[in-house]
Amino acid sequence: MSTNLKTTSRKTRRPAAGEGRPAGVRLTADVDARITVTAPGAAVWQYAPAPEAHEYIRLAPQYDLFVGGTWVRPARERYAPVIDPSTENVLTHAAEAEEADVDRAVRAARTAYEKYWRRCPPASRAKYLFRIARAITERSRELAVLESLNGGKPIRESRDVDIPLAAAHFFYYAGWADKLGYAFRNTEVEPLGVAGQIIPWNFPLLMAAWKIAPALACGNTVVLKPAETTPLTALWLAEIIRHADLPPGVVNIVTGGPQTGSALVTHPGLDKIAFTGSTEVGKDIARACARLGRPVTLELGGKAANIIFDDAPLDQAVEGIVNGIFFNQGHVCCAGSRLLVQESVHDVVVAKLYRRMQTLRIGPPLDKNTDVGAINSRAQLEKIQSLVKSGEEAGCTRYETQCVLPSRGYWFRPTFFTGVALSHRIAREEIFGPVLSVMTFRTPDEAVEKANNTRYGLSAGVWTDKGSKNFEVAARLRAGVVWGNTYNKFDPTSAFGGYKESGFGREGGLFGLAPYVRRVS
Amino acid sequence: MNRLAVRKTLKLFIGGAFVRSESGRTVACELGGHVMQAARATRKDARDAVRAARAAWPGWCGRSAYNRGQIIYRLAEMMESRRAQLADGLRASGSSRVAAQREVDAAIDRAVFYAGWCDKIEQVLSTKNPVASPHFNVSSPEPTGVVAIIAPRLPALVPLVSTFLPVIAAGNSVVVLAGDADPQTAVNVAECVATADVPAGVVNLLTGCRAEVAPTLAGHMDVNALDLWLGDEAVACALHDAACTNLKRVRRHKEPDASFWFGPDAAGLAWIEPFVEIKTVWHPAGV
Repeated sequence: MSTNLKTTSRKTRRPAAGEGRPAGVRLTADVDARITVTAPGAAVWQYAPAPEAHEYIRLAPQYDLFVGGTWVRPARERYAPVIDPSTENVLTHAAEAEEADVDRAVRAARTAYEKYWRRCPPASRAKYLFRIARAITERSRELAVLESLNGGKPIRESRDVDIPLAAAHFFYYAGWADKLGYAFRNTEVEPLGVAGQIIPWNFPLLMAAWKIAPALACGNTVVLKPAETTPLTALWLAEIIRHADLPPGVVNIVTGGPQTGSALVTHPGLDKIAFTGSTEVGKDIARACARLGRPVTLELGGKAANIIFDDAPLDQAVEGIVNGIFFNQGHVCCAGSRLLVQESVHDVVVAKLYRRMQTLRIGPPLDKNTDVGAINSRAQLEKIQSLVKSGEEAGCTRYETQCVLPSRGYWFRPTFFTGVALSHRIAREEIFGPVLSVMTFRTPDEAVEKANNTRYGLSAGVWTDKGSKNFEVAARLRAGVVWGNTYNKFDPTSAFGGYKESGFGREGGLFGLAPYVRRVS
Repeated sequence: MNRLAVRKTLKLFIGGAFVRSESGRTVACELGGHVMQAARATRKDARDAVRAARAAWPGWCGRSAYNRGQIIYRLAEMMESRRAQLADGLRASGSSRVAAQREVDAAIDRAVFYAGWCDKIEQVLSTKNPVASPHFNVSSPEPTGVVAIIAPRLPALVPLVSTFLPVIAAGNSVVVLAGDADPQTAVNVAECVATADVPAGVVNLLTGCRAEVAPTLAGHMDVNALDLWLGDEAVACALHDAACTNLKRVRRHKEPDASFWFGPDAAGLAWIEPFVEIKTVWHPAGV
């Protein structure tokens, strides 16, 4: 489950079919063999609760908008509840920005751009960003707790992945601010101006970092809208930015729902839109920007194939499968949600996966032993349930982690389906939950064809011990990120983004700068 | 008595073959003092061209960059040997002798320029990323796929080659709707392509009316990117909107002055970048 799990392609003895099967597991040569476990989880050690302390974090009853360097009340004084999805408790309330509030934020960003930021020496821009990176690290535990409290993700992930990567992102782009001449050799560039940025709820602080850091490094100012369900860490980031003494208005944060988002996208005062979210909303945004002639970058949905060849190190591959689909409850646009297993190892992979899945601990996000936390919202839970139902109705065989779920909150057991066909909804639509669709293939050509048979193209995984096969398949996959013998790895120096309907533009690395500058001709 | 000239039938170029429009329709154009009939592509022709481009694409992008460079250089050779033909075509549509020759020479030089780009793109646009975990990590460009180009109207030759050459140099296949001002020059270019060892379907050239063909290309679900050269903002907006159906990458330009095409901004890496995708590959490093 942990992204720190070692999944290097160390040479392992190739397991014989059926080796390591869990007690009571009956396997047949049949591809669709149903697997039964007589004593689910019997061999799993029980853990004592290990909750991360959170009482020291005091939440105010409500939070305002961060505009022009200060906290301002929304024009219509409307606030929406912020929920802890693991208990359904109301944590606090966040302002709902209306058109007038968005307008105010865009004006503040414009003023900051003209008055301060475009005149700010690049080396100073860099130093501001370094400050933010450091402050995130200093307050990392607090931010991790908030992220898990508000988003439902395990503290182990927010602590070890989300927050360190967010800090690293600011640190990385800080260094670019005064080196843009090296990034765009042979070309003179200038900032675009004011960027509107809309981010999703699956990695709230990390996505804020992905958006804000490169935009600021290139000399733009921003208006960021966090997701409706997960505003807290963005508000903490606003406070960090205030304490870093950034000129007022360089970063503005407006909370709210879809109306706030659409007010932002169509605001006439913007020079750029960057959006991370669903493909459906992404297309609407693309159309709106087409009408306005406005530059846009989109990081959208995915339905990634995770391809397991018969010569793969299977135990490592199973860790990669688990990490690929159950990391962050599967709320990951690049999740390995379609498992393509070479037919000859299907049964053994399924058996190993099933056994490994039983060891996952589903429970309170703030428990340090938790592997899989709560589903982010009721709406998302219902979407997952409806797609899973369609999988059952299509006749696919369902397997899940045998465990007791908490009585309150939004929960879903880690699940996989076998006997899935490419035409099934669970093989075509993004579920954005801990649900894996298992399919088979016989030849590398078939694997590539099935993997590419999707409207998406964000990511993919390839598991094989044969280097040349790995290179060949990675090159033929139409996806922006390909993980070979690993999965769900992220780094600020490494470009991330999709092919086809997974969007366009890149975030991270050298290529993450281009969406925030224009050529001076 | 002067010998009676043999006139050429102006056809579409789809999948490596010169074909009439499936509809049998033509559009009349006056070139060199007489009226010629150019093929008038239909929506069906556009779809056929996309299918040919898609079929040709894996083979084209699967070739070595060196080989693609050689083929585009071969295209320059073919254009060089047809200098007179290309220049006569431009003169027929109204260019002066000097202007026509200058344009032909610029077009040929552009082909040589992009021939040399093929095996540099990946080097110039790749990064090896110093990730903080024990992984080997590289980001590098790959062709976007099938690209539809609504080419500028005038002049007839340099803009046409300036738009499609960088796109095929990057490993894409193209469907080009040539400007309607001089369909004969588009056919002349197609003849150069046809004799230059460019695999069938990599370059497809259509002539006809923008209003009839462009919406089909813009809305086509198997086209990955759209290069729009249109003066009419409303039309460009409508095509861009249609392109959002499958999130095509769209580059939108107003039609620049003729002089632009001979200036320093008319060629370069910036013409290639919109039609590549950056792919990042990770692999553990360690035992």
